[in-house]
Amino acid sequence: MTFVSTITLVFFVLLAVVAVAIGKMRSLFAAVMLSGIFSLLSASLFVLMDAVDVAFTEAAVGAGISTVLMLMVLHLTSDKETHSNEVKVFPLLIAVLCGAVLLYATQDMPHFGDPNAYIHQSATADHYLNQSYDDSHIPNIVTTVLASYRGFDTLGETTVVLTAAVAVMLLLGRPKEEEHELSKSPDPIIEVGSKMLIPYILLFALYVQFHGDFGPGGGFQAGVMFAAAYILHALSGTVRSAQEAASENVVEKLIPFGVLLYAAVGVWCVLKGGNFLEYNALDPEHPAHGQHLGILLVELGVGITVFSAMLMIFYKFALRGREVR
Amino acid sequence: MNILLATSTTAMSGEGVYNYGLVIFLMMTGLYLVLAKGNMIKSVIGLNIFQVSVIMFYVSMGRVEHGTAPILLEQDLPHHDSEHGHDNHDDSEDHGLLQTRSDVALASTADDAPGADGDGGSDGHAQPHSEDTEVNDNDPSIHTVDGRTAYSNPLPHVLMLTAIVVGVATTALALALVVRIREYYETIEEDIVDAIENRLQKEESQS
Repeated sequence: MTFVSTITLVFFVLLAVVAVAIGKMRSLFAAVMLSGIFSLLSASLFVLMDAVDVAFTEAAVGAGISTVLMLMVLHLTSDKETHSNEVKVFPLLIAVLCGAVLLYATQDMPHFGDPNAYIHQSATADHYLNQSYDDSHIPNIVTTVLASYRGFDTLGETTVVLTAAVAVMLLLGRPKEEEHELSKSPDPIIEVGSKMLIPYILLFALYVQFHGDFGPGGGFQAGVMFAAAYILHALSGTVRSAQEAASENVVEKLIPFGVLLYAAVGVWCVLKGGNFLEYNALDPEHPAHGQHLGILLVELGVGITVFSAMLMIFYKFALRGREVR
Repeated sequence: MNILLATSTTAMSGEGVYNYGLVIFLMMTGLYLVLAKGNMIKSVIGLNIFQVSVIMFYVSMGRVEHGTAPILLEQDLPHHDSEHGHDNHDDSEDHGLLQTRSDVALASTADDAPGADGDGGSDGHAQPHSEDTEVNDNDPSIHTVDGRTAYSNPLPHVLMLTAIVVGVATTALALALVVRIREYYETIEEDIVDAIENRLQKEESQS
């Protein structure tokens, strides 16, 4: 066991402990906080497994946005589980049986970290590692694969984010007569402290957005971070003050704008004589420059959609208010 | 130094399949929470745990021991102009430094007994490529094989990165449904919702 694999094992065990603790907690507030810790631990584990982009996303999304959303839902519903948490036999039996079958199946799996595993020998992995720099002159292979080789896939995922945001707006859209504020009188210490942080978060998000070609990062992570900065503004002050900075009307229009920007790059490629999302056509003289430009614009589209979708979802939850029928 | 490394590599290559066992434990904890908990927020948290464990399963498959993140190191970047960047795939001089998985596989199958063709069986990988593994000159934590850097597989990372963001969007949708259920039934416990529904149906059929 080397140092790294020992740490990996320790993190895995910690994750298991936290998962069981979440099941045992009757206070939903504690369970939500533990699920934030769960996300942070898994992000550390992703770093250990060399998946820095995934870790980045998990830390921003799991420990940041989704914990905030869960807390707001607790505010709107209740933070206690009414039933006792005795062990239920039938679900436990299903889980144990399922786990046993899956464990049996793992006997045939390639070993952890085995460089000879089939996944590493496939033609796609080989191409991504050896040709992606020649194709696009971008050192971060994850960005190239995300925005260029698998551009159709990412367009679909961005559309899913748009769809989810629209669905949340439909479910929670109707604004209440007396608007409910999360914090009526903001604490001055928290307000000033977080206001000092916000510009740096925004600056870092910009860096992540436009430096995603050369280091870990990209549209997904940057979008979530931009949204986190505004959400921090809303949580430390009032939702209304965040809405003055980014009004609901503008955010609403930005959600489809990002997807349209993405699709427009594809159409631009078609007009230039290539296939849909074939960025090489953008600059026939220097195909790699075309790739670079296409990836930059597409990542920008992803960032805009993710940012505005996350912020809109937050607004909808925050302004819902506790309503008793 | 080399002997030390060789032994440590032999020990590492048999790291086994414990990662899958732990991932399955997490996954089943999530499944149990979804099945057993009547509280809807608990169920959503259970689904999240399930999702993270699936993501971890994929990412752990993409890992290469002694590897590094799939962002090309400075030393691996071919230093040529963009003018002839696209059409020199055959020029092995330019990207000869990059490590490919199939090269490792070829090297190790040549060294080892025939049949170790990456089917994941524990017998075939007793000591793969332990002779070839050397420490990178610049950074001792990153290992190279035949002078090439070992990168982890970028494909699972890409798939899972987008899955996380889509996951939070769908979680938000689930939570929005929970909020609406609470507004209508004034509870987020499944069995109480069931009881209210049954009572309403009975009243409807009586009238």
